[in-house]
This record gives sequence, C-alpha cells and structure tokens, in this order.
Amino acid sequence: MNHIALKMLMGDTGKYIGIVMGLTFASLIMTQQPAIFVGLMSRSYSFISDVGLPDIWVMDAKVQFVDDIKPLQETELYRVRGISGVAWAMPMYKGLLKARLTDGTFQTCNVIGLDDATLIGGPPQMLEGTLEDLRRSDSVIVDIDGATDKLGKPSLLPGGKPTPLKLGDSLELNDRRAIVVGIAKVTRTFQSQPVVYTTYSRAKNYAPRERKLLSFVLVKAKPGQNPAELTRRIREATGLAAYTQAEFMELTYQYFMHNTGIPINFGISVLLGFIVGAAIAGQTFYNFTLENLRQFGVLKAMGTSNWVLLRMILLQAVLVGSIGYGLGVGLTALFGHAMRHTILAFKFPWQLLVFSGAGVSIICVFAALISIIKVIRLEPAIVFKG
Amino acid sequence: MTLAVHCKQLTKVYDTGGQKVTALNGIDLDISTGELMMLVGPSGCGKTTLISVIAGILDQDAGLCELFGENLLTMRSKDKLNFRARNIGFVFQAFNLLPSLNAAENVSIPLIINGTKRSVAERTAKTVLEQVGLGARWQSLPSQLSGGQQQRVAIARALVHNPRLIVCDEPTSALDHKTGNTVMALLKDVAMHKDRTLVIVTHDARIFNFADRMAEMDDGHIIKIQANTAPPPPHS
Repeated sequence: MNHIALKMLMGDTGKYIGIVMGLTFASLIMTQQPAIFVGLMSRSYSFISDVGLPDIWVMDAKVQFVDDIKPLQETELYRVRGISGVAWAMPMYKGLLKARLTDGTFQTCNVIGLDDATLIGGPPQMLEGTLEDLRRSDSVIVDIDGATDKLGKPSLLPGGKPTPLKLGDSLELNDRRAIVVGIAKVTRTFQSQPVVYTTYSRAKNYAPRERKLLSFVLVKAKPGQNPAELTRRIREATGLAAYTQAEFMELTYQYFMHNTGIPINFGISVLLGFIVGAAIAGQTFYNFTLENLRQFGVLKAMGTSNWVLLRMILLQAVLVGSIGYGLGVGLTALFGHAMRHTILAFKFPWQLLVFSGAGVSIICVFAALISIIKVIRLEPAIVFKG
Repeated sequence: MTLAVHCKQLTKVYDTGGQKVTALNGIDLDISTGELMMLVGPSGCGKTTLISVIAGILDQDAGLCELFGENLLTMRSKDKLNFRARNIGFVFQAFNLLPSLNAAENVSIPLIINGTKRSVAERTAKTVLEQVGLGARWQSLPSQLSGGQQQRVAIARALVHNPRLIVCDEPTSALDHKTGNTVMALLKDVAMHKDRTLVIVTHDARIFNFADRMAEMDDGHIIKIQANTAPPPPHS
C-alpha cells in the first residue's frame, strides 16, 4: 500500500510540488530568521570567543556584559596574580575611543589594549603584518572590516566607496598618532565598530585620563587546575567577578536576551513565520487529503483498514516533510553562504536544524492528524455517491 | 443454488439535520449464488442504501442482512474488513479509479489489500485486463482511457481477487448506450458463474434484459420482484 500512497502523492505533479514548496517555505522561514537571530546574539559575545588563550576573565563585580566596562585599579592585576592556581594574569584595556580620520571626521572605535610583553588577547587571525609589529612605536592593528569601511579614506568621488586603510597609514586617537602595522580578521561585534588593537600602555595614553583604566584581567589556570574552582577562589580573594570564558559569554548573552528588544522582535518574526509556514503547508496537505477523500473511501470500501490508511497518510506526510525540510534548510544554508562576506549576522548551528526539523515534523504530523481524522470518520458508502 | 444474500425486515433511517428520512423500510430480499439481481427504481428510492448495507459498508438500523450466511452487523470491525476484502468486488458509477495509478496498478489493489505481493498482484491484474480486452492498455492511466475502457478496468478490479459477490452501482449510467451494452455483456460473460452473485443498482432500462431477476424499489420498499424471461440484447 506504500507504493499506492506514494503514487497518490506524486501523481499530480502540480499539487505535489505545491505541498513540497509550502513545507520548503515553512522550513526556510523557520531557519533563516532564527539563524540571523543566533548570528546577531553570538556577536554580543564574539569579542570574548575571539580571545582564545585565557581560561578566566576577571572584572568589576558590577559588570553586566562585555561592553559594560567598569575599570579596575592596576593593583587588582597583582592581587589576581598572587592567587594560587593562577599560571598567569594579564591586563586588558577595552574602551570606546574616537579616531580622527584623514578627512577630519571622527569615528568611534573599540580600542583593545594588550599586555605589552605577551600581547595576550590579540586578534584571532592576522591578514597583514604580525602581532609582534605592535611593539613598534605608535603602532596599531585594525580589523579588516573597519579598515575597509568606517576607517577607510573617503572616496574622491561623491558617494564612492572609501579607500581601505593599508599598512603604514595613520590615524589619530585622542590627538595621538597611530600607525597601522597590521590588518586582522576578527568576528564582527554587536555594535560593528572598527576594532583597533594596541599595547596596554599605549591604550592608556590614547584613553582619556582616568584614575582606573584596567578593564579586564585575563587569567590562565595552571595545568590540572579546575577553572571553575579557580574562579571561586578569585572571587573570594578579590571581591571581583571572575568568569570562565563560557560563563562570561553566557552572562553577556543573557544580558542582551533580557535587556534588549531583540529576542521579542525576532521571536515574533519566527513565530509568525512558523504560523504562516504551518498554515500554508498544513492547509496544502489537508486539501490534498480532502481531494483524495473519495480515493481513500474506495480503498476503505474494498477492505483497507483505518490503520493502513493512517500509515499511508503518515508516509505521504513524512515524505513531503523530509523533502520540504531538506530544501528549506538547504536554501537557508545557501542564503548564509551568499551573505558570508556581508554585515549580516548569520549563524546556523546544529540546534537550529533540530528546531526546524521539529517544527516541520509538528506541521506535518498536525496536518496528517487532521487529515487522518477525516479519513477515519469517512463513511465508505461515500463511494456510491455520484 | 445456495443463498448469497438474505435480508429480513431491513431498515435504515438517515438523520438529515434533525429530519428523519427512512431509506429502507422493512426490506425482505433473498439473492442466490449464480444470480444477477438488478435493483431498480426512481432516484431516492433506497437502491444505493440497500447495496451499501448488502456490501457491508453501511450498517442497518434494524433487521437482518446475511451475506453467505454471515451477519456483517455483528462482526468485529477487522473481520468485517477482511470479509469485504475477500468476498466483495465493487463497480462504481464514476469508476473511482485512482487517477495516478495505471490500469494494472488499479486492478491490482484488491489483491494488495488481501496481502498479495505487488509484483504478483500486477501480473494477475494484467491477466484479468486481458480478459476484459485491455491487455495492451495495462500501462495507461485512467485519464488516457475512454469511459467504457475505464469501466472495463473497474470490472477487472472487481474481479481480480475472485470475489463471491460483485456489487455494481449504476455501471452504465456514465456510458452511451452501445458502450453500456458492451460493458454489461462483458460483466455477464466474465463475471457470472455459478458461485458468484451480481447485484446491480440501475435505473437504466436499456440494460434490464441482462438481469436474472429485478427488484423494483420505491420509497424504501421493494414493491415487486420479478424474473426476467427476455434474452439479453445482442451486443457488438
């Protein structure tokens, strides 16, 4: 009977394609918008995930997320270094500073100051120059997106694209000269500001005068030391907040989840997409069953049991669901691939595949159930009605 | 000849929006094996309801209906389905062929329902299609066949599993006179034998001569049962 079910499904090519397209659309809309949401949310902590070496981030106890800088006294660095289980602890400056471009305009930049000796906390990938070039005087490393766009030299033509910054170009940070010695690739951050790396001591010169300028202490646990246990000790000893990398990412993520309108806006969009997708796919599949009701009636009259009819409908639903799901997530993946070099935030983790798979399954099962109820209630005597 | 169908005081009442309509009102009818019985009468007289009850696809409200000695009303649902699948063949007014299945696949359905392997069922179906003169058209979809050919496929489908009872609902009403005669002749030639019973509902007077007996119905009653003494009409 499976063969008959498949033939019934695919017999009318137009209707078959219509059902598959409906489910493809549902699957697409259930993955594309959440993928943008996940991409956007992952940008909230991308700076943390880009800094690979340290196990633990130490900061002021009131810090709520990565960009919520509450500077520490430099002495805190030495206190942390003195805690048992700490292999090393390095300072990091993070702050928003205005860069003056060659045409006189200003651009806010995310300036990162790295430990002068070790340069720990540097960009994950250097495209031009080396991290060690930061040891040269007035040197900075700029991220490729900032160098190409916001920090680029204005085009000579009105409305033209800016000329990207290149090695040897200079800009001004708080009236101090900064020479570009490297171009780095970093993961885009939530605010998408240009990222400028320099040494910690130079960053303090660029930054406006303040009593406290230390943003974070980056800590590496000694081999065999449990990072979670070490964070507890650091908290107890210093009164500061100490998080593992994963905890700090989670803290930042939760801040954006609970204190911005992004989740609700995207949530509505995803929910609407799900409802519209479900309505289209469910309605199309249900209509397909209704149009075949007489055929099911004929099979029922001839002695086919409800259980076999149920299996046939489920098979049809599973088939169109699988094809629609595959096409939908495939289109989403293509969309993400096409947009990989743009500013659009897009991340397609496996959890999203499971989520959309579950969504499409719910739609198919729901549509199939409604159809099945109709078929089960079907009076086989319908076949004698002209 | 043994009794194929035995109906006693058969009653069926439909509830149409609070209004009771008595479709069968105390029907008494016996049909023997090897007999071609026609149920005739005006529209709405209860013919279709009667064959639906006889075929076990509709339950009566009162009275007795036995098929080959079995009371379908008291059977368990599963047993009733199996009984129907094994013992009854259907021919419908609107053919009711599955449009996306070719002729052989359509004909093989009753065998597949009865658990025959698809390859075996389709091979048998082709043989039966040859018997109804459509051996060469086994791959054709219903939409590629004429009305008469579709009804021949439907007859093949009703015969393929060798049922003991074939019920036909207005088998010629969608066909022209000549094709209708051909289909009826085929039905009588191929389907009828001493162990099989045909019950045909029709109001097509042109085919009355094919019947062994005719039960004339009106308003839920059988008002007359008469044997047909005239020979069946010649067919081309």
